[in-house]
Amino acid sequence: MAAALAATTALGLTACGGSDSGDSADSKTVRVTLANHVWTENIKKALPEFEKSSGLKVEITQLGEDQLSDQYNVKLNAGSSDLDVMMYRPLQEGKLFAKNKYLADLTDKVTSAKDWNWDDFQDGPVGATTFKDKVVGVPLITEQEVLYYRKDLLKKAGIAQPPQTLDELKADAAKIAQQNPGIAGFVARTGKSAAVTQFSSFLYSMGGDFIDDSGKAAINTDAAKKAYALYGGLIKNYGPKNVSTDMSWPEAMAIFTQGKAAFYTEADSLYANATDPAKSKVSDTVGFAPFPAGPAGSKPYNVPSWALGINEQSKNKDNAWKFIKWATSKEMVLANQKAGVPGARQSVWENPEGTATYPKDLAAAIAVSTKNGVGHDRPLVIKVPEAREIVGQPIVDAITGQDVAASAEKAQQAFQALLDDENK
Amino acid sequence: MAVQTPAHHAAPARSAPTPGWARWANRHMKWLFAGPAMAFVAVLIIFPVGWTVYLSLTDAEGSVRADKSFIGLGNYLDVLTDTDRFWPAVGRTVAFTGVALLFEVVLGMAVALLLWKPFRGEKWVRAAILLPLVATPVAVGMMWRLILDPNIGFANQALGWFGIGPQPWLSGQKTALMTTAMIDVWQWTPMVVLILLAGLTSLPEEPHEAALVDGTTGWQRFRYVTLPMLMPTVIVAILLRGIDAIKTFDILYATKGKGGGSFHEVETLNVYAYGLSFDYNEYGIASAVLVIFFLIIVGSMWVLTARRKEDS
Repeated sequence: MAAALAATTALGLTACGGSDSGDSADSKTVRVTLANHVWTENIKKALPEFEKSSGLKVEITQLGEDQLSDQYNVKLNAGSSDLDVMMYRPLQEGKLFAKNKYLADLTDKVTSAKDWNWDDFQDGPVGATTFKDKVVGVPLITEQEVLYYRKDLLKKAGIAQPPQTLDELKADAAKIAQQNPGIAGFVARTGKSAAVTQFSSFLYSMGGDFIDDSGKAAINTDAAKKAYALYGGLIKNYGPKNVSTDMSWPEAMAIFTQGKAAFYTEADSLYANATDPAKSKVSDTVGFAPFPAGPAGSKPYNVPSWALGINEQSKNKDNAWKFIKWATSKEMVLANQKAGVPGARQSVWENPEGTATYPKDLAAAIAVSTKNGVGHDRPLVIKVPEAREIVGQPIVDAITGQDVAASAEKAQQAFQALLDDENK
Repeated sequence: MAVQTPAHHAAPARSAPTPGWARWANRHMKWLFAGPAMAFVAVLIIFPVGWTVYLSLTDAEGSVRADKSFIGLGNYLDVLTDTDRFWPAVGRTVAFTGVALLFEVVLGMAVALLLWKPFRGEKWVRAAILLPLVATPVAVGMMWRLILDPNIGFANQALGWFGIGPQPWLSGQKTALMTTAMIDVWQWTPMVVLILLAGLTSLPEEPHEAALVDGTTGWQRFRYVTLPMLMPTVIVAILLRGIDAIKTFDILYATKGKGGGSFHEVETLNVYAYGLSFDYNEYGIASAVLVIFFLIIVGSMWVLTARRKEDS
């Protein structure tokens, strides 16, 4: 076992040595593993062009988020070299992968590619794909939380504009729910883990965070308790009837797009689901607004949800890099952004073409989010799935009408224990 | 024939003496033939089980290739004293298996008895009953998830036609586990029907005729003639279905997702172990749970087979 470990470490070190290592072993086939995402669909359409110009063959494996995660667990754990390029979630798996040395160091590659221009990438996303001053991934997709709402229902209720504050959101949701039986005032994710990311903007806007400045767990603060009570209360009191505590975005989005809810807080990157007439019954009446302000202002998350990295064990790193460079080039990011996938390149956001295809109110909301946004939407730890379950417990307790304050205290203890364990 | 046979046998004698390897092969024939299967078992069963036992004695987490140290029975101690996740998961595993098995055997027996005597359209009925069996459990889980959705599902809509209010089904903390057990019943009762039907059709007719002559009721014939004779088959059905039900994963995962729902409503041992390894990357503890689970399955199999021997 020790020998095997030594061998892998040695292999890792040589591979780290420089971009010119292992050229002779490079295969002409690049194996790319991608998640089911609009970005993936767009990149697949453009692929023949890349294959023609580079002379490389790209083999794509496409999986759902959970399956992708499981696949990485199995393959990276086994030290498999048959993954070259990996689409991964910097905030979810980044720390774990970096700690396990699964991701190749790309620092030299990104800084030496002058035309490609690494400096063009936004700081927040870049921070999330950098570990101990080493770049291990290139951000692909950014996300901000915005408010989806139904213009027709607001008009009917005599509400002139979308809620500017969380208090207004609550009042408006109550009013609409009361006026329209069978329609929820508010819907959002309810699954313990799934809800955490969307709850985070409520937490920040109420003035809290998962971890405080000194690195201690902070989910039992007054702000956090209020945020839990608000989010859970909105769903419990004004949410869909018989609401389950298993909803992630597909279920919550379905309720909204079936015309069964007035307000919905969700990632902007999913907006096409609501505006596409083929998927949404409310495509012509959906509106977007910046995340409503709490006592601390409007503080939605602004995060890179996906990035591309290279498997440390890959024997085809140079060609893998060629693929990444192409897929994250200015042209591709622009093309993707026009197709509805917010990218991480500043120049594309500054280019009017980059926001031309977005609904105007959505583009405006995103502009607000990128200015006030917080760079994380979940606790930034190594054991993210465990941490999400802990900090998500008070959310589902609030939804099911249990004692939120007690639940937050209990979760605080468990979360602090997890942090202590990681800092050992 | 008689003439040819000796000539046929004599043929090898005329050629060169049997080479050494062939003689060796002849002597070790049984090992040679069993070899590939044994290698297969060793590689695909014994090694993983051994590796799991090894991991269960270490503090492996994050990555199985990362440094890990031997911590003896620490993981087992942690697991066996965990009243938060482990023991409730054991309880759910037992409850799920017990309820599913009970319904499957009782319903399966009823259906098998109905199908026992030939009738018109028998083939069609049998084919229809087998349909759930051929569907993939994950697809079955997703289908039921849609049907039972609290807001847009068909089940609550159908209840509404009869004036019954919407039920929480999968979304209720108290109802979720039993709902998944019923999905299991829906899918796997046909298998029990098949097994019991095979047993029924092979029963001798005479004892029944004798009982009829004695003027017994249908229930008496079933209770004192059919059932005792069928018992070995029933035990086989319970054994096969029980092992399958206790390790159910796909239906639970497809309907409630990771951790068996937000309150771990349907988290059985299998779902728990999966979450520990694939979600938490706690390979040491996950392995300990799996070893305990393995022992539970082997133990219950042993009890059932011992019972079966007694009966036969």
